[in-house]
Amino acid sequence: MTATLTRTPPATAPDRPRRPVRPARVVLHLFLGAVAVGWLFPILWALLTSLRSYDYTARNGYVSLGGWTLDNYVTAWKTAEFGKHFLNSVYITVPAVLLTLFLASCVAFVIARFSWKLNIVLLGLFTAANLLPQQALLIPLFRLFTQVPLPAWMSDSELLYDSYWGLILVNVAFQCGFCVFVLSNYMKALPHELYEAAMVDGASVWRQYWQVTMPLCRPALAALATLEVTWIYNEFFWATVLMRTGDKFPVTSSLNNLRGEFFTDNNLVSAGSVLVAIPTLVIFFVLQKQFVRGLTLGASKG
Amino acid sequence: MSDLPLIQADRAVPPPAATTSTGGRGRRLRLLSRTDRVVITLMVLVPLLLVVGLIWLPAVATVLLSGTNWDGIGPVSEIDWVGLKNYDDVVNIYPPFVPAVQNNLLWLAALFVVATPFGMFLAVLLDKEIRGSRFYQTALYLPVVLSLALIGFVWQLIYSRDQGLLNAVLGTQTDWYGDSNVNIWAVLFAAGWRHVGYIMLLYLAGLKGVDPSLREAAAVDGSSETSTFFRVVFPVMRPINIIVLVVTVIESLRAFDLVWVINKGRNGLELLSALVTSNVVGEASRIGFGSALATIMLVVSLVFITLYLATVMREDRR
Repeated sequence: MTATLTRTPPATAPDRPRRPVRPARVVLHLFLGAVAVGWLFPILWALLTSLRSYDYTARNGYVSLGGWTLDNYVTAWKTAEFGKHFLNSVYITVPAVLLTLFLASCVAFVIARFSWKLNIVLLGLFTAANLLPQQALLIPLFRLFTQVPLPAWMSDSELLYDSYWGLILVNVAFQCGFCVFVLSNYMKALPHELYEAAMVDGASVWRQYWQVTMPLCRPALAALATLEVTWIYNEFFWATVLMRTGDKFPVTSSLNNLRGEFFTDNNLVSAGSVLVAIPTLVIFFVLQKQFVRGLTLGASKG
Repeated sequence: MSDLPLIQADRAVPPPAATTSTGGRGRRLRLLSRTDRVVITLMVLVPLLLVVGLIWLPAVATVLLSGTNWDGIGPVSEIDWVGLKNYDDVVNIYPPFVPAVQNNLLWLAALFVVATPFGMFLAVLLDKEIRGSRFYQTALYLPVVLSLALIGFVWQLIYSRDQGLLNAVLGTQTDWYGDSNVNIWAVLFAAGWRHVGYIMLLYLAGLKGVDPSLREAAAVDGSSETSTFFRVVFPVMRPINIIVLVVTVIESLRAFDLVWVINKGRNGLELLSALVTSNVVGEASRIGFGSALATIMLVVSLVFITLYLATVMREDRR
């Protein structure tokens, strides 16, 4: 091994002149490869389990090969009524993400565009709100939601409690802070001359926001949208405590009901888990760059 | 209650700001038409009402309720002020409280002492522009896109007593999620698995932001890679370090989904967040008592949120 390694650099030199193969690199790759495989393993294991029949694994143990089937997916889809729950997630996630981005960009625009004394207080109020532990606000919110009436056409519970509206509102309120923080940083970096030109042209504040600022923020908005879709889709706590009717649960919170139905059949649990993971995994693989950029935009100015 | 005056003050903001601020900005504000001022006010006021109404006022209400004996059923007029009695009860006569605090601290320690340094270490390795870096990175932060509730289910396939991989391989009969002696460790492993990817991502971004000339200068001075990292790179990443610290503390305080899907935070998996939830939504609706628990969480988190804000706002002014 060492002999080949010491002999290789001259041979590969024309291809990659600056990088001779060093033992340290090999160790590095072995280490990172092992960690990466270890990290993927639980997910791959869930996938593998979901593709095998319960009878086969019960007879031969899980550490075996064979019994391949897609039946778990069919059964899981039917028993857990995934179609309905996915639709519930869409009803909550899509309006919540659009509303969050719209409201947050409004506040961020004002913070970035005008310098008032209260800007820093505003930014603090929004950013801190995103970091508070949700459970600490549960008691008053729970009481509030059970007191606020809604017309029957909006919610069949006739309350904010146990309605999609309530979940949308609480998600928007919580996620606004992060988006205000990221967007205001992004907007502050836009050149000031743009607004001076817009003012000379007589553009109103609303046009400066909608037609000048928003188009320029597209990269940040795309990154935030990706991140918020995964976060709100993954949201578990509020849906668990502010919903009562099992039929209305979004898919992440409905998971908890599934376990009762599936209780001893891990092959079904894994098929259910894979089904729930699919939307976020698709988003992740298609929009990976956006997802990562969104996360790091919050940590350092991008 | 300090939130209310803010809303009112905000409406009156444009005129005083225009007179008090100096130079060009002041002039620009005075140029705003009436419509523009209305638009600006609405742009701030609508989101602000939502955040104040659904987050800040409930936070204040939690603190206030923690001093009462309200059971959530009687009229508000019958609420009695009991001072710090709820806190006294929480600490002295509520058996799950001490385990919950211990578990929250354990959570923090595991994420902070094991998962965070490991994530940082991986970020340093992956920062070296090696081949296949994309693959390694993707594999490591893949768990970050999954919800913690889902992670509970995924790991059940490994931890389950009769059908789990771990017992099959080890030949043991441990109920990893059910046995109150081991379940917190099993859960922490799963939580750490996700946390490492997140931290790696944050540090990878932080490392990209470090001025390369700093490293070159250190290399010219004959500093080794390790000492360059600890003496030059790490201190320069101070803002990221503080953000990571706060994210870790907040995550360990807010930890909820994972234990809730396993056993609703009982039998070895007590956490403050789960105790608050079961005191309100569960059978017993003890509002004052639950609020005292919630206030403890609120106070701890506010300390670290303030630290976070101070850091990011200082960055902001640069």
